[in-house]
Amino acid sequence: MANGVSEVGAVPPPTPAPSDGAEDQGTSGAPAGGFVQLLTPDGERIDSVTTADGTTYSVDFTDDEYRGLYRDLVTVRRLDAEATALQRQGELGIWASLLGQEAAQVGSGRALRKQDMAFPTYREHGVLYTRGIDPIMPFGLFRGVDQGGWDANEHRFNGYTIVIGSQTLHATGYAMGVTMDGKTGTPDGEAVIAYFGDGATSQGEVNEAFVWSGVFNAPIVFFCQNNQYAISEPLERQTRIPLYRRAAGFGFPGVRIDGNDVLASYAVTRAALDNARNGQGPTLIEAYTYRMGAHTSSDDPTRYRIASEVESWKAKDPISRFKAFLAKQQIAGDDFFGEVDESAKNLALELREKVLQMPDPQPVSMFENVYPHGSPEVDAQRARFAEYHASFEGSDH
Amino acid sequence: MVETITLGKALNHGLRRSLEGNSKVVVMGEDVGKLGGVFRITDGLQKDFGEDRVIDTPLAEAGIIGTAVGLAIRGYRPVCEIQFDGFVFPAYNQIVAQVAKMFYRSKGNVRLPIVIRIPFGGGIGAVEHHSESPEAYFAHTPGLKVVTCSNPSDAYTMIQQAIASDDPIVFFEPKRRYWEKGEVELGADLSGAYPLHSARVVREGTDATVLAYGPMVRTALDAASAAAEDGRQLEVIDLRTISPVDYETIYASVRRTGRAIVVHEAPGNIGLGAELAARISEHCFYSLEAPVLRVTGYDIPYPAARVEEEYLPDLDRVLDAVDRSFGW
Repeated sequence: MANGVSEVGAVPPPTPAPSDGAEDQGTSGAPAGGFVQLLTPDGERIDSVTTADGTTYSVDFTDDEYRGLYRDLVTVRRLDAEATALQRQGELGIWASLLGQEAAQVGSGRALRKQDMAFPTYREHGVLYTRGIDPIMPFGLFRGVDQGGWDANEHRFNGYTIVIGSQTLHATGYAMGVTMDGKTGTPDGEAVIAYFGDGATSQGEVNEAFVWSGVFNAPIVFFCQNNQYAISEPLERQTRIPLYRRAAGFGFPGVRIDGNDVLASYAVTRAALDNARNGQGPTLIEAYTYRMGAHTSSDDPTRYRIASEVESWKAKDPISRFKAFLAKQQIAGDDFFGEVDESAKNLALELREKVLQMPDPQPVSMFENVYPHGSPEVDAQRARFAEYHASFEGSDH
Repeated sequence: MVETITLGKALNHGLRRSLEGNSKVVVMGEDVGKLGGVFRITDGLQKDFGEDRVIDTPLAEAGIIGTAVGLAIRGYRPVCEIQFDGFVFPAYNQIVAQVAKMFYRSKGNVRLPIVIRIPFGGGIGAVEHHSESPEAYFAHTPGLKVVTCSNPSDAYTMIQQAIASDDPIVFFEPKRRYWEKGEVELGADLSGAYPLHSARVVREGTDATVLAYGPMVRTALDAASAAAEDGRQLEVIDLRTISPVDYETIYASVRRTGRAIVVHEAPGNIGLGAELAARISEHCFYSLEAPVLRVTGYDIPYPAARVEEEYLPDLDRVLDAVDRSFGW
């Protein structure tokens, strides 16, 4: 095991300009400028990484905890595969697959403490799972029987947000509220995490969220899964500097991690969340990863990227590297791997059953929950709608 | 305690009372703190309630509304100020896609008790973007409620009712009437107040119904006084609530008078007047002596200040419409 030094810095103090990255393009698979990596694609553990600002990142997991992370990774991938199959079979209207992004989501999700609040996009099924939420929860949205419909506060997990980047402002406002409630500045304080992608970083609202969280010193972590594509558009169409370096301009630290390394994802997110809850304000984490599948089940990625690129990312797969590490370190063996596969498969079958049993909503229910205090207009339309439908009763319509 | 104060001061008193009454109420916007807002509606509030409750925000309207959503999820009751009507559009996405829909999307699990205050309308000699009437955009959006006040007494009561409501409410303030004075019963109990989402007959009459809201209520009342000198008794209804509209009050009046004239500053095309005309035609068809007529801004961008008086509906244009209705 080696100690690594990453060129990636946190700011302030200012990050040195990234190197040409030549030395980083080896087995680590790092982009120019490097990233925090604690587990190489070959499954080699790096004990700790110290960034340019002097912060050292490491993890200290028991064997059980390592095995738990592996189980998470395999489970969320298996559930995702089941969802993709359900979509192909016509049981879901659409699915936004997380394939390839399991480590970024499981690592950051497990880094959250119970009291923390997460604001997802529509792809954070892995984070949802790590919050202990029944994986069925978002499927109403994808099946088309509802639009989400859960209680954000109960689950400490906001509704899936489809308009790109809007939730970063919601997360920032929520984090301002945490401060106003006096829930920061202590180790058991609360922190907030906002998920978004590389495409979202071009949105004005995301940049406003950076401004606001900076000036209000909000207890928030901006977790950007840079999966290289915004549907068809590559990263180069969104930015001309590495995304993590945007943070410098807003006055808070930015760190890039190997998004396919669950340990780096955990270590850096945990540290950033703890900084936030301790009153040290926001951090931007750029999780450098890859969307192995399509943007959604409606997308055809062969139109905009070549197979060899996808192949090169397969070699950096988050699960196979973690499995290699567990095997090499004799933390787990074939019995365990087989049992995890079996249990993930059973969960997937349970999920399938639940999806198939999801009833279509009663049409009249579409008039519900428009306003907390109701509206005479909506009430009148609902009544007319019900009357109209009743007029067909007993007929063949 | 009845005092004679301006509409702007009445709003200030209403905000103050809401801040006093509920520690979760926060006022936020550009320049609302130390300056007290460009129209001084929030004057003195930050001094008395602190920087955490009366928040000077960055200059970013989407940020004002977007962070208000997060604060509301956290349990706060944000009262957001958009400085001028024409500056609301950067926040339009957050208002229409998030504020309006989150309660529905969450099946009623997430309430956003947010009030969005917007000074609106023309008549103050301002440059572009400072005189617009964008209410129809919001009234067209399910999930939002839209109200506007026309006098100090209503301003004082309605702002408190809006803040107390769990519905997201866009609260339009008739900026050119900010300095008009009227009697306000400060400290009155809200529970006995006139309902927020009800229209009000502000002048009774028998010959025609004039429907107006916000800054145009004063114009309609002036027109009614002038018409009375000619022997025509106009009934004037202050809509107060634009979404939902209190149609029953309107129908009852139009069924008696047989004539309806809608007045608003916003362009006529696809405006609130069009909806009112359609509804009145459907529900009062056999009572109507003439088609519903509209007196509105023209279908042009808000013009330069030196010609705005020609753009804005005024007493003469209202009376002209009354004449046309009677001449039908």
